[in-house]
Amino acid sequence: MCLFQFQSVMNYFPEEVLEHVFDFLTSHRDRNTVSLVCKSWYSVERFSREKVFIGNCYAVNPERLIARFPRLRSLTLKGKPHFADFNLVPDGWGGHVYPWIEAMAKSGINLEELKLKRMVVSDESLELLAKSFPNFKSLVLVSCEGFTTVGLAAIASNCRFLRELDLQENEVDDLKGKWLSCFPESCTSLVSLNFACLKGEVNVVALERLVARCPNLRSLRLNHTVPLEVLQKILVRAPQLSDLGTGSFTHDPDSETFIKLKNAMKNCHSIRSLSGFLDVNGRCLPAIYPICISLTSLNLSYAPGIFSNELIKLICHCKKIERLWILDTIGDKGLGVVANTCKELQELRVFPSDLYGVGNTAVTEEGLVAISAGCPKLNSILYFCQQMTNAALITVAKNCPNFIRFRLCTLDPIVPDAVTNQPLDEGFGAIVQSCKRLTRLSVSGLLTDQVFLYIGMYAEQLEMLSIAFAGDSDKGMLYVLNGCKKLKKLEIRDSPFGNMALLSDMGKYETMRSLWMSSCEVTLGGCKTLAEKMPWLNVEIINEHEAGEGEGEASCDDRHRVEKMYLYRTLVGPRKDAPDFVWTL
Amino acid sequence: MDSDLNLKATELRLGLPGTTDAISPPKNNKRSSPDSDSAPSPPKAQIVGWPPIRSYRKNNLAEAESGSFVKVSMDGAPYLRKIDLKVYNGYLELLEGLEKMFKLTIGEYSEREGYKGSEYAPAYEDKDGDLMLVGDVPWEMFESSCKKLRIMKASDARGLGCAV
Repeated sequence: MCLFQFQSVMNYFPEEVLEHVFDFLTSHRDRNTVSLVCKSWYSVERFSREKVFIGNCYAVNPERLIARFPRLRSLTLKGKPHFADFNLVPDGWGGHVYPWIEAMAKSGINLEELKLKRMVVSDESLELLAKSFPNFKSLVLVSCEGFTTVGLAAIASNCRFLRELDLQENEVDDLKGKWLSCFPESCTSLVSLNFACLKGEVNVVALERLVARCPNLRSLRLNHTVPLEVLQKILVRAPQLSDLGTGSFTHDPDSETFIKLKNAMKNCHSIRSLSGFLDVNGRCLPAIYPICISLTSLNLSYAPGIFSNELIKLICHCKKIERLWILDTIGDKGLGVVANTCKELQELRVFPSDLYGVGNTAVTEEGLVAISAGCPKLNSILYFCQQMTNAALITVAKNCPNFIRFRLCTLDPIVPDAVTNQPLDEGFGAIVQSCKRLTRLSVSGLLTDQVFLYIGMYAEQLEMLSIAFAGDSDKGMLYVLNGCKKLKKLEIRDSPFGNMALLSDMGKYETMRSLWMSSCEVTLGGCKTLAEKMPWLNVEIINEHEAGEGEGEASCDDRHRVEKMYLYRTLVGPRKDAPDFVWTL
Repeated sequence: MDSDLNLKATELRLGLPGTTDAISPPKNNKRSSPDSDSAPSPPKAQIVGWPPIRSYRKNNLAEAESGSFVKVSMDGAPYLRKIDLKVYNGYLELLEGLEKMFKLTIGEYSEREGYKGSEYAPAYEDKDGDLMLVGDVPWEMFESSCKKLRIMKASDARGLGCAV
């Protein structure tokens, strides 16, 4: 039955039935789609929607959110552009969560879940959050900043039904407060607690007590200050854990404590996900071998203390791994072992351990080829490597047509094919041609306009593309804008794309979430033109230099190249919280 | 143990490498043609935001790695040295390393008498800030609790149980 016929049938049903049917639509996309069918569907959908995802917090504002979805219970918000992760966005840019929390609190929204990514979260916001929503259950903060342990204490003290406090990779000012002790004795509802990113010590007695009184605790990630002795005690209390992040994992392997730990580990039959080991002694690793066999997710990317041979020994036990995050200390040889052992592998991330560019990193195209040949279920990869070749990428493309995410990062951003010295255009071309379901792609190495021709031609499902130091001319960017119909996020740095490409299809940007261009060839004049013609876009220029710098050259000259431009579609016009260095044109 | 090779691969150098590749100037030209010789790549640290790794991750790796580096002071010497404890497999190797670095002899350790037969005694500051004699606790425990090393004159180390 096509949608039109279906709709006619559906209109005979009372709204309650429509609502019940919509209950089965869990994905945001499906819900967004049904809301567009007709007015009555829009109305039913909006009153029944409980979960909302906002990919760019400036695309809309709190008032509109609340007006449209009064029954909102769960909100996901993303703030800064992705390149903020790599220090390309100055401090103070924005992405504050406070106005959202304030508005929801005032409107009596029954907020239960809040998930934030790349946002500025102040202690004030956390305090307001904790005190305003009596049913609040879940707080997930990813790559956020601006808060301290004082804010965490407020959450712990006030959220009586808290199930989840998940802090991932945030910059937290650890004031060495006793936030963990603030969980009252009456708090027994915790299911997930992750404080791995905190730098300071926690009250371990309070921690043990908390674990002991939360029988539903499934996920616990400790920070590096929690010693092995305490981990042992926690595992005895919580053998039901399914996700564990260790604190410090170093001890005398001959000691009684360590033997107790080994036994406690053996008793943890449910652990499927393991991480941590920031502080580790390789000789202690055998304690985890018994749980390795059941692991589906392993993150050792914060454990530079595990050397290659120990890593390999460990991997040999991990036959059911589906998600593996490691450092390049594993080496090509180690990746060969992964390829032979981990037949269920779906997602692999290999991070660099050598950040200072001395060039001694240990993975090359060989490791990637081995993985592609050995792991038939591989669909997502992030690979930092010393070098790459077209031949390798072509082989990988043939072996793995199922990639959904393919992110390759050569440590030298413009390194050519290591064997032929040619650009890596053909290699990436093979990837996009073979992987018909590719939604995310990051390219690197020496690349000409040709690679973008391929991307535009073949990457039909592509939603996010990251480009750095690539291309020769505007044609490159044009190929992408014209070809990738499903493109949502495009981020470009240090590439020779200018006004011609930027202005060729301005309407395109309304179909996308955002465009970032830094150190490219677009000028102030070009950006102004775009802003003038497209009222539904915010075109923001980040201007970090004081006016008058540089021999009196006015940075307001339209011919001047723009250092950083970020544009995004929005329903609510220029944002009011932009700092001095951000100009909305 | 193939520790040497592996360690080089994971070694974080905080300054210009002393003995290895020379650094060539950073390439500004986005369309530079590939080098035909195997010239070393430009210093990646000079390109802002490359390689693209979250600062959180960068900071953590830097801290974790430097976590095993400890300062070593020697009474009377004008400046300190730094060593990576992870390089050593035990006390013997550590003491040999220190002897070589400072050109002195440390003598033999005994539980009762500390370090016999030399002018110097190795001591360390632990997590609690206390000055301890090197060698009393198991190596792993020492590794994780040692914050700073100090090579003391044996005469000063009397309180730590050293025979003079």
